[in-house]
Amino acid sequence: MDKLASLLHTSPAIAWMVAKLVIVFAGVFSLAAVWTWVERRGSAMIQDRIGPNRAALFGKIKIIGLAQPLADGIKFFFKEDLVPHDANKGLFWLAPFLALVPALMGFAVIPFGRSFVSGGQEYHLALLDPGNGMGLLYPLAIGGMAVYGVLVAAWSSNNKWSILGGMRSSAAMVSYEIGMSLAVVALFMRAGGYDPSEIITAQGGTLWKVLPNWNIFHQPLGFIVFFTCMFAETNRLPFDFAEGESEIVAGFNTEYGSMKFSLLALSEYCHLMTASALMATLYFGGWQVPFVQDPSVMLSVLSFLVKMLFFAWVFVWIRWTLPRFRYDQLMHLGWKAMLPMSMVNLVFHAWRMSQGH
Amino acid sequence: MRGYASILLLILVAVALPIIILNLSRLLRPSWPSAAKYATYECGIVTTNEAREKFSVRYYLVAVMFLVFDVETVFLMPWAIQMKELAVFGFIELGLFLFLLLFGYGYIWSKGALTWE
Repeated sequence: MDKLASLLHTSPAIAWMVAKLVIVFAGVFSLAAVWTWVERRGSAMIQDRIGPNRAALFGKIKIIGLAQPLADGIKFFFKEDLVPHDANKGLFWLAPFLALVPALMGFAVIPFGRSFVSGGQEYHLALLDPGNGMGLLYPLAIGGMAVYGVLVAAWSSNNKWSILGGMRSSAAMVSYEIGMSLAVVALFMRAGGYDPSEIITAQGGTLWKVLPNWNIFHQPLGFIVFFTCMFAETNRLPFDFAEGESEIVAGFNTEYGSMKFSLLALSEYCHLMTASALMATLYFGGWQVPFVQDPSVMLSVLSFLVKMLFFAWVFVWIRWTLPRFRYDQLMHLGWKAMLPMSMVNLVFHAWRMSQGH
Repeated sequence: MRGYASILLLILVAVALPIIILNLSRLLRPSWPSAAKYATYECGIVTTNEAREKFSVRYYLVAVMFLVFDVETVFLMPWAIQMKELAVFGFIELGLFLFLLLFGYGYIWSKGALTWE
């Protein structure tokens, strides 16, 4: 740690910013790639199959198939790229960008470890320093942009399956966004600010001496709403109406192949990572370690990673456990269950706060 | 460095990465075009008509309702962070605001805009 700190003293703030950028960007991107493998291994485990365990580095080093994402990546590079003649060419090319860029940007405000002071200067482990004025409004806004990727991909393909998938999922995504943002409003109320670092600081300490002071124990209903809405936002099963491979071929990416498909697929996993990080930050104390007053920097980063990867695993777990909803059930759940529930949650906590709790 | 420079940098990197990947792939991949490959997929049969047809109006209704509710949520956010100071007054304000919101919600529910069959 000391060596790293002395290195930081000599380097200007820009170097620190670039270092954080590399950590965030490479971290999310590589975790997303690894998670494509975790998903297949996980599905195999749950369904009593073997899954990809053959891919080996240089034909020798076979680490339970961990080289599979690498092999897939190389294969995508060598696949012929087809743009259907009936497709809208420009938008067809633009869609992977519209999907991937918001997916990679959402992570920017989330602190992945506690801030530390070194040589009289404070270093924050989040790409944007706290007090930037945007706070958690930023991932919500960026998350809203994700609809465009799906919708543009679907519309530009000019394929019946694609349009069905795109329309269904964009309507579902916007429906669940309301419940999600109302659940987050209740959190803002408790923390008294938008900033993720404020929300995490408010979650330090213990509750009734036996539980960590996390938001999930204060607002369990809000967590249920937020958790459910995250599945709709990331287009994951049980709400994967964008793809729905057993109903509408491959949904919005039916016409996509080659590298453009891999970008669309990666963007889904990047969204999954951001969603898991959001859940860990908002409801599970972010980098806070339960029952530890002032965790060291390394411990806090580790704590955050464990929480985030746990939720990323829950996404996989649920995908291979639950069947897909029917579309009318999905809309009923969104508008007639999630929205009233988040409102009840908001009113209840506003009442509690007005009573001085 | 308190500004949004890092966000700008992140956008640049996030846009540059797909451009680099797609162009690298362009150098490596084969291209043997044929008419069948470029046809729109439709379960293996010849595509019959345009995909961009008329769509159920419910999807557009959802978009309109989303706009209304989302704007209402945005109005709640500045209120939420002031809640500690506003206390009882804030709660009454929320009640008035949510009453209007719920009135609209009840209206669209009674009109059947939330019903899918």
